[in-house]
Amino acid sequence: MSQETTIKEHLETHVTDHDHDHDHGHHDHHQSFISKYIFSTDHKTIAKQFLVTGIIWAIVGGGLSVLFRIQLGYPDADLSWMKPLLGKWITPEGHIAPEFYNALITMHGTILVFFVLTAGLSGTFSNYLIPLMIGARDMASGFINMLSYWFFFLSSVVMAVSFFLATGPASGGWTAYPPLNALPAAASGSVAGVDYWLVSIVLFIVSVLLGGLNYITTVINLRTRGMKMFRLPLPIWAFFLTAVIGLLSFPVLLSAGVLLLFDRNLGTSFYLDQIYIGGEALANAGGSPILYQHLFWFLGHPEVYIIILPAMGIASEVLSVHSRKPIFGYTAMIYSLLAIAVLSFIVWAHHMFMTGMNPFIGSIFVIFTLIIAVPSAVKVFNWLTTLWRGNIKLTPPMMFAIGFVSLFISGGVTGIFLGNSSIDVELHDTYFVVAHFHLVMGVAAFFGMFAGIYHWFPKMFGRHMNNTLSYIHFWGTIVCAYLIFFPMHWEYMLPRRYPTHAGFDTFGMFAQLNEFITIAAMASFAFQLIFVFNFFYSIWYGRKLKEQNPYHATTLEWTTPIRPGHGNWPGDIPEVHRWAYDYSKHGRDFIPQTEPLSQYEIEHGEHGDEMDSDVIAHENDDHQS
Amino acid sequence: MEATVQSNARELWSGGDSPFKVSYGKIMMWYFLISDTFSFAGLLISYGAIRLSQPAHDEANPLSWPDPNHVFNAVPFLHGHYPLVFVTFMTFTLIFSSVTMVRAVQEGHAMNRKGVLFWLGLTIIGGLIFVGSQAFEWSHLIHEGMTQKSNPFGASAFGGLFFLITGFHGFHVSVGVMLNSWAFLMTFFGAFHRRGHYEMIEKLGLYWHFVDLVWVFVFLAFYLL
Repeated sequence: MSQETTIKEHLETHVTDHDHDHDHGHHDHHQSFISKYIFSTDHKTIAKQFLVTGIIWAIVGGGLSVLFRIQLGYPDADLSWMKPLLGKWITPEGHIAPEFYNALITMHGTILVFFVLTAGLSGTFSNYLIPLMIGARDMASGFINMLSYWFFFLSSVVMAVSFFLATGPASGGWTAYPPLNALPAAASGSVAGVDYWLVSIVLFIVSVLLGGLNYITTVINLRTRGMKMFRLPLPIWAFFLTAVIGLLSFPVLLSAGVLLLFDRNLGTSFYLDQIYIGGEALANAGGSPILYQHLFWFLGHPEVYIIILPAMGIASEVLSVHSRKPIFGYTAMIYSLLAIAVLSFIVWAHHMFMTGMNPFIGSIFVIFTLIIAVPSAVKVFNWLTTLWRGNIKLTPPMMFAIGFVSLFISGGVTGIFLGNSSIDVELHDTYFVVAHFHLVMGVAAFFGMFAGIYHWFPKMFGRHMNNTLSYIHFWGTIVCAYLIFFPMHWEYMLPRRYPTHAGFDTFGMFAQLNEFITIAAMASFAFQLIFVFNFFYSIWYGRKLKEQNPYHATTLEWTTPIRPGHGNWPGDIPEVHRWAYDYSKHGRDFIPQTEPLSQYEIEHGEHGDEMDSDVIAHENDDHQS
Repeated sequence: MEATVQSNARELWSGGDSPFKVSYGKIMMWYFLISDTFSFAGLLISYGAIRLSQPAHDEANPLSWPDPNHVFNAVPFLHGHYPLVFVTFMTFTLIFSSVTMVRAVQEGHAMNRKGVLFWLGLTIIGGLIFVGSQAFEWSHLIHEGMTQKSNPFGASAFGGLFFLITGFHGFHVSVGVMLNSWAFLMTFFGAFHRRGHYEMIEKLGLYWHFVDLVWVFVFLAFYLL
């Protein structure tokens, strides 16, 4: 009983009007099925909801890419066998109708960027890891957290419904540029598809904001005693900054979307000026389509960091744990995350070098864009030096984390090319760009996500995933990813978004390469199905987790029971005495964060690394003296 | 508990306590307001970009940007031209409702239920007067022929931007009135009193002041510049 009162007091010190929270962790089994698994306020359940929804969307989004890759790889083949699936969108000649090809790529981009790599990645791991790693019983507001998932779910439903519209889903690219997406007469996907797209995205923005408010507040307010900001595991820093970026950039997409909805449905001309369509002049005057591009990319560019920062954080943690070494340059890792977060807001116009910009302004954006290479390189070198002479355990999560670093380098290098406006003028909207961003933020973020799933799966479900299948998944995926996207760099003059290049003699030389890429894409998709099977099979039939801390990791989530209840720790929340990366220190393999410093031990960062104390005014922590 | 608070006072960011000494709800509200600032900023920057691309006000050019003194010169129940008089009344009402909100928060700190009811009630009335005035102004302008597509006073873009941005702001005020009314009922039935604090009123106060502050910028953009 005394223990329970301590918990109550402890909660009250940071949760002032949260009456219903006191008894969490004790009355778990009284919950009904609905409140436990559907409308749950437990961050762990919500995280799993995000993850499973994300996996379903990944299968859909990846499946779409297989469909359009088949069209691209075999432009002359008879694809009538797709009729049961695509119906009237298969032309009488047996090709995917060009307008539906565009719908496929639009939906592929939207689903992967927003639903999988934002909600599925950040939503899953921020929800799952923030309370567990900082030592909190749950998110600051479990209710708002639940709303965050259900707004995402609603948004998913609206997007899914748009596939079944008679005029097809949105087809003007995931960026939804006007005037193509503003005028129903411009394309079949713009008739109703874009309205569904916009409504879905608005709901999604609400979801991101509700989630982000929780992540930020939880990290600020609910860290357990001793968990200083500069003792936090790196994933938490990454999730925290991701939430900050999301909170500042998504509202601008909301404004952009509202303006576009008005242009589409109420006849305003915010983005429209002097347009002829089908030979007829429209009445719209006074707007600017470039305004939309500015608003969109003010979100759109930070969005790619919203995708990659969580992957970076997860990779940092996994690399350190599985090489039994402290992360190299912990403070530098945090500052580089911060630098990336700040820079992400002042580079958006590098997506618009071709839309008519004052070259002077363009050159400013070039400089900022290239500066991002600096913190990114800091991170890469720190990952490599973490591996250097480590006691490396090549477990599946480790393989994916190393794969992440590899892909991030391969894709990042071409970013330097594309960041220069003069080169971008040549490469804009070609497969070189497609290769670049798929490697650096698509596949790399997926690898970060897989690293996270494999690493924390035992914590999430109390069971292990099958190792053999995991290795097959890893090797299949990384080989296929490179087989798809490396050759794509050679297609540096091939324009994107064309359903077929058959009419152009110049592009004939890419026909075989395209076929090759398509085969690799199909194989890659098949390897993902192995993962999906492994994931769902292991939830119920995987080898049971017997140890509380299977990786001998230092962080707090491994101090919870094997299957933690709502409230995470049955007794008191543990207190933290050191940073998260005391591996191979003083002859010991690892020292958990909960262990006090020994008498002669110096905490990381206490000497020589004065940067810690500059940012956050903290005095020396002398628990021991 | 006392001891915990004291030992943590030494290191604000060392965990176990809120570094800003505020509850999670208030931090959330602050971050929400920062976020909402960006959505309003997105709209107001769009206003700026579109306006700068249009010809500046010029009596001779019917497509130039309109003169606010000419557009907003009606007052209900009065004939004749009173440039910006009505919007001054609206602005004053809204800002005054911020003052009453401050008083409501103050009474909440003092745990004075009746005081909260009185001042929160005035705030709600102020908000309703503002939204009602906006409804009048809109219907008057629509009557004059200004719609989201057209504008008899000059550049048509003015109409679309005006209805969108004042509408977005009016939506925020309406939501505020609804939340305040809910809090009024909660206070009336003593829910906050039993909870032991009136923090909800404080959080709603933050929102209400934010909406007022945004109005200053909206007012500036459409009525003054």
